[in-house]
Formats: sequence, structure tokens, C-alpha cells
Amino acid sequence: MFGFISRRIAMALVVMFVVALISFLLFRFVGDPVNQMVGVETTPEQREALRQRLGLNDPVFTQFFRYVLGAIQFDFGNSYQFKQPVADLIGRRLPATLELSFASAIFALLLGIPMGVYTGLNRDSWLSKMFLSVSLVGISLPTFFIGILFIFFFSVTLQWLPSFGRGEVVQIAPFWDTGFLTISGLKALILPAVTLGLYQMTLIMRLIRAEMLEVMRTDHIKFARARGLPNRSVYYIHALKNTMVPVITITGLQLGSIIAFAVITETVFQWPGMGILFLQAVQNVDIPIMAAYLLLTAFIFVVINLTVDILYIVIDPRLRTERSRA
Amino acid sequence: MSILDIRGLTVEFPSRKENFVASRNVNLSVDPGKILGVVGESGAGKSTVGNATIGLLEHPGRIAHGEIHLAGQRIDNLTPEKYRELRGKRIGMIFQDPLTSLDPLQTIEFQLMETIRLHLPLSKQEAKARAIELLDQVGIPNPAERIGQYPHQFSGGMRQRVVIALALCADPEVIIADEPTTALDVSIQAQILDLMKKLCSEKNVAMLVITHDMGVIADLTDHVAVMYRGDLVEYGESKQVLGAPKHPYTQSLIAAVPRPDVKVHRFPQVDYIEGSAKPFKQIDISTHWLGKARDYKAVNGPLLSVKDITMKFLTKDAWRSKNREYFTALDKVGFDIHAGETFGLVGESGSGKSTVARVITGLYHPAGGTAHFAGQELTSLTDKKQVLAMRRQMQMIFQDPFSSLNSRMRVRDIVAEPIKFHKLASSNSQVSQIVDDLLEHVGLGVAAAAKFPHEFSGGQRQRISIARALATRPRFLVCDEPTSALDVSIQAQILNLLKDLQDELGLTMLFISHDLAVIRQMCNRIGVMRHGQLLEVSETEELFDKPKHPYTAELLSLMPSMDGLSRQNLEKQFA
Repeated sequence: MFGFISRRIAMALVVMFVVALISFLLFRFVGDPVNQMVGVETTPEQREALRQRLGLNDPVFTQFFRYVLGAIQFDFGNSYQFKQPVADLIGRRLPATLELSFASAIFALLLGIPMGVYTGLNRDSWLSKMFLSVSLVGISLPTFFIGILFIFFFSVTLQWLPSFGRGEVVQIAPFWDTGFLTISGLKALILPAVTLGLYQMTLIMRLIRAEMLEVMRTDHIKFARARGLPNRSVYYIHALKNTMVPVITITGLQLGSIIAFAVITETVFQWPGMGILFLQAVQNVDIPIMAAYLLLTAFIFVVINLTVDILYIVIDPRLRTERSRA
Repeated sequence: MSILDIRGLTVEFPSRKENFVASRNVNLSVDPGKILGVVGESGAGKSTVGNATIGLLEHPGRIAHGEIHLAGQRIDNLTPEKYRELRGKRIGMIFQDPLTSLDPLQTIEFQLMETIRLHLPLSKQEAKARAIELLDQVGIPNPAERIGQYPHQFSGGMRQRVVIALALCADPEVIIADEPTTALDVSIQAQILDLMKKLCSEKNVAMLVITHDMGVIADLTDHVAVMYRGDLVEYGESKQVLGAPKHPYTQSLIAAVPRPDVKVHRFPQVDYIEGSAKPFKQIDISTHWLGKARDYKAVNGPLLSVKDITMKFLTKDAWRSKNREYFTALDKVGFDIHAGETFGLVGESGSGKSTVARVITGLYHPAGGTAHFAGQELTSLTDKKQVLAMRRQMQMIFQDPFSSLNSRMRVRDIVAEPIKFHKLASSNSQVSQIVDDLLEHVGLGVAAAAKFPHEFSGGQRQRISIARALATRPRFLVCDEPTSALDVSIQAQILNLLKDLQDELGLTMLFISHDLAVIRQMCNRIGVMRHGQLLEVSETEELFDKPKHPYTAELLSLMPSMDGLSRQNLEKQFA
């Protein structure tokens, strides 16, 4: 178990190193950073001085080493457009994105799992059919369209919920403003979280439904019934746990993409998260932000994958021995 | 007074098209401490009777008529909730496949405790003590330690013991065992049957054993009920039914069981079972494509000669080669097969018999040793043309007729594929003529060509596999458990077909089976395998009369005794 986890962490480090290399090369080869930083009337001497100051004349290896060393200490250089440290910019916006992603993942799981179980067990009930057809809408409509519909309905027509922003936030740590503690913050969270989580919810529901249908046909479920176990423990102890491995895989990957690619939802709801920052960075060729964002995204995926792998072993005892052997 | 009483049970599965009656007017009863066997082939409705008794008929099945009484109380009309309370507490059930009957994600302890505490008012400590005691009773060594383990940490036989312990949790009055030993090796089967007998007499439980295996019936049961397509055709004391069967179906069923004691040339053909076998057009091998161009050069010495084949599978990988661990699947296996003979390999699961087949056909590359086929070295064959030529000469028939055929291809294309691939026919019309002839010859008929595999029964699919294997005009057939997934009557037909084809085409065969009786009927010489080693090779009759290796003697002693079966008069009738 320990050996397995340490091997995985070693692999994760390799992945991070490769991503760091790519994001460093992005710095070097996508245009000249000096051109981005200075005006038209800067003299060649001034440019050269700037180069020297930024260390751009050093050998590539030294530069890469410096970059990695900086990255480990959360120093990604300064943003070209804001002239501020990238770490500060991202740090200020990361909580917003993480809170939004977390809320939408919880929403997707809390609704998706029971709906999946229900539709898997009661294939022919009208409620299952309704869930399935409604979820089909959820999976086929694009996110921005659902977001706009929600705004039109809940904000404009009913005026129940705010249509943009995070509402009031409370600072709970130097870098962390949370919207979870105020009523207006929670209210502001609902629409974007539901919009963002709708697709994941549908996916989880359909996945669990398919897995449940499969598991309910297996012999050990029949044997559990033959032992007289009540439906509740057959469904939730013996069946649901056996559906979990594929569900965790998909949920993990989806959570990663929720965090990394919340751009559209954040744009629709003017959510002050990383998505908008990233979008602006792309528009203004702000390479330090893009490079840091790339690293951050890779880091999130690596951490999630590691967690998923560990969860596999926690859930399925068969993998414990096989892993140690394989 | 019988504890379980089934009266006039009719179970039907209504569907839009028709109302399928799975069992019709079945009357059975079991006394405490007695074992009743229900025997029949697939589709006979025997499992339906078991499922109806425990109240777990699959949707949309329902009891149309009849009553089920448990200790004098009618139970078939109970509410689902009341029926659930009965299950596990008063009626226990054991299933066929111990590998899948247990929840793989929960410990044995959890599953036992859950069941015990559901049915009995015991504290956690008491329940655990009982769980350990149960494991001890079913013969699991170190029960106090092993109880914390997961199902995959037990072997197949041990898992079936756990399943039995689970069925015994609340001391039920009746236990229904649905094919309890079908998935197990002979030696394990004997142990489980002994255990069931012991529990039955010690705990005074009534058992309903559902099986297709006449050996189990002869070995285990006091009474037997024979079912045929939903009808109970014969019912009585086991000795009586097996010794002097009255119904023609019972007679033919008993006749179809391969004899372990004497070698006969052909299996008794049973026409009663799969409808009347229509006479199909037989092709004249001497003039037909299939028989022609069999211009294989005669070989001096054995056709296939295997020497010191060793096969290892990596079980633990490591950076340094000395830290890697291997499982030795084959340990210096060597034997010869002469042209025209059938060589049998027998052994329990995991003994390496199938690995031998795969090495010979080139599916695995051995770690060491040589295999010569018609004078040509197989293991170092790299030239593509030579490999192709070799594949054409050797064909394989697999165990599972359901997964060894591509379900999305029509039978015509399945059989034509090897002909086209090896370019054995000059035109498409010739190919389809050959396919038609092959299908006729294996007893399927031309009409089969346009159908898909799922439209056939297991035995018919195995015929398709045989036709496909013949389509390359091979001279060597590897049959890996070709009939172990089939009913006895179908098994007899397939084995007869293989024998006929061998006689006509002069085929050489490697025949792999775990069933000694089948091996005895099919093979000229036999090799016995265990743990990747070939223990002995003998002429068939010699092996059965005077086994050299103690393990062979042990295997022979474990064969279910069929002494009770009346054979002599039946054989005349069906041979």
C-alpha cells in the first residue's frame, strides 16, 4: 500500500516536471516577452538592460532551473498586463473557482447518485423515465445556454437569485475569501453551481444507472436476496458499492475539468474566478498567467488522479493484492 | 412428515409473444435429513422449481398454479416481506458459482455477521463466535483468522464452503442447492458433496439439490426427480430411478452419460433430446474438397513432438530481473502425438492443460523447450508464410461456444473466413458451396448459414466451431474442453461427431478435458497433469487399470461412482 502510493507520487512528480518544461518553453518561444513588456519607443539599450535584469540571456538550463525553483515557491513571475505577481492574481481568484467547483460537484453527486440508483432499480416507473428524459436535456444543451435560461428565469423574471458576482464575501484567511458564510454569497452560488454541475449530474446518474442494472444481475446480489437481506442493504451495501469504481473514475476526471474549465460558466455569471483571469490572459498574450494556469491545472489533475487511485484500493480489496503483485 | 411439500407447481413466464411454461404440475416433497435431487438438462425447469420455492422467481415469472408448503404452512402466497423473512432463516440457498456468489468488496466476516444478526437475536460477540463456529463446521482451517479476509483470498472450493456457511447461518430447515459443484474440480467436488451429506444428517436439514450431473445424483441423493422441458417425468428413490429407469427420457439420459468404467466405440446417441435428428446430406470425403488436397507428407515418427516446454508468467515485476517473480505454468512438459491418434490431457483447473494447447498453437511463446510439428520447429517459427502454413494445419475448438464465435457475423461468414483467408478456394461460389457442405456435414444444414450465432443452442454453436475449424482442411485439431459447457446428451452428439470426422479425415487430435470419463472414451493415450507438470503418460486402458502415479490413482478414485446406473440393457437400446 505504502509502496504503491509512493510510486504514484513519484509518477506524479514526473508529470509535473514535464508540464513545467512545457510551460517554461511557452515562456521562451511564444513571442519575445520583452516585446510584450515595453513600449514602442524603448531603445535597444533599454531592452538589453531589461533582458539582462530578467535573466533572459542566461543559458536555457539555468533559466529553466530558476523557473522550477520559483514555481516550487509559488513565484511565477509578474503578469504583463497587471504588473503584479501572478501568484497573487491567481491566489485571489482561486478560492472563487474552487468554491464554485466544489458546490457544483456536491450538487452533482448528491442528486446524481440517488437518481442513478432509483432509475437503475425502477426501470419502468414513470419517475425514472422523467429523470432520464429531463437529464437528456441537461446533457444536450450547452452550458452557456442553460446559464442564460437560468438567469432569465430566476433572476430576471422571478428575481429570486442574483444574476452575477459572488455576493458578499468573508475573508477567512489571507488568501481566502469565502462566499459560503453569507446569505447573499450562498444565493449567488446557486445558479452558477447548478449550471456547472448539471452535465456532471446527468453523467453520474446515467453511469450509476447502467452500473446498477449490471450489478443487480450478478450472482452475489441474488445470493444476498436468498439470505433474506432486506432491500435496503442489498441496494446500498452490496449493489451500490460495487458500482463505485467506474463512478469514481469519471467523477474524478469531471471534477478536474470543472475546476480547470469553468470558463464558460464564470463568464456567463461574471464569476470573479480563474476562468475570467485566464480568458483575459489569452486575449492579452499574458504568458506568465497562462504558464502558471497550465501548471495549476496539471497539478489539480495529478492530485485528483492520485486520490482516485487511492480510493480504488480503499473500495476494492482485490486491487490491493494485485497492485502489490503487479 | 415432509418438511417441504410442492404440490402441482406450475410456473409461467408470460411475455407479449407467448406464455412460456417453465415447469408444469410438479409434485415434490423432502423429509428432514434427506436429499432430493432434481435432474434435467438446461431448460428443463429445474432451477425454476428451486427459485419458486425460495420466492425469487425472476421477472416476469409467476406461480400460475400449485402450492408450496413449508412444515405444513403454505408459503407461496406470502407477502414479499414475509417471504423475505423466511429466506435465509428457514430456507437457505447455495448457488453454482462460488467465485461470483459472494460480494467481492466485503469481508467474509461482514457477510456472515450481517446474515446472522439479521435472523438471530445475538450480540456482536455472540454473532462473531457463531460465524467462526460455522466456518469451522464447513471445514475452513483457522476460521478465527480467515474470517477477516475477502472472498478473493479463498480458493474456489473454500469459497463454496463459505457460501454453505452463509446458507447455514440461521439453521434453516430446508437448503436448496442449485448446481452446487458444477463449477468445481472433481477432488473439490467430492469434498463438497461429503460436506453436504454430513451437514444434512448432522443438522437434520432437508436438501433440494438441482443438478444436471448424474454422478452427483448417484452419489448424494436419496430421492430423485427427473425433469424434461418443464415436466416431471420420473420421481422416486434414487436407486430405483437410476437402476431401473422407466421413462424413455431418463433411460436416454442415463445412457448418454459417458462411461468411466469401460471403453465403448461410440457414445449412445440420444435422439429423444434435441428433437429428431434429421438426416443431413453426407458428403463423400474421397471426392470432396474437404478430403482432397490433403496431400500432407507422411511423417516419420510422431506428428507432434513436445520436449521440455516451460512456460512462465510474470507475477511480480521489478526493475532488476533477479527480483522478478514468476509463476511456472508449465514445467518441462514433453510428449509425442502420433498421426491419427487422439492424445488426451487431463487435470484439474490450473494444472496447465490449456497452456499446453496455447503453446502448441502459437498463442503463447514458451520460456524454454521445443515443439516439433511434422518435423518443423514451432517455437522459433518467425517466417510469416511458414506461420500461416502452420496455422492452416492446426485448428482449435474452444470450450465456451458462446464467446468463441463472433456474434456480429453470420454463420456463413464465420465458416468462410478461414477459407478466404488462406485462399483455399478459387471462387466465391466455390467458397459458399464448401461452406454449405461443411454445415451439412457437421449436422447443421444449409439453412444455418444465414443465421447469427445467438440463434443457436450451445451444442449447435459447438458444431459451428467445428465447421470453422475444418474449413482450413487441418490435420491436427486441438480441442480444449469442447463439451464441458454442454449437456450430457449434446456432449454425446458432439463427441460422436468428432470421432466420425477423425475417422473420415484421419485427423490427429489433442483432446483436453477435466472429465476422465470423456477422456477415456475419446483418447488413445492420456497424459495426466498437475501444477504444470506432466505426471504420467499411458495408454488409455493401462492408465485406468494400473495408474502409475499416485495422483492419477487419486483422480480415478474420485470419479463419481455410477454403479447404480443400469447400463447394459440401455446400451443395446440406444447404441
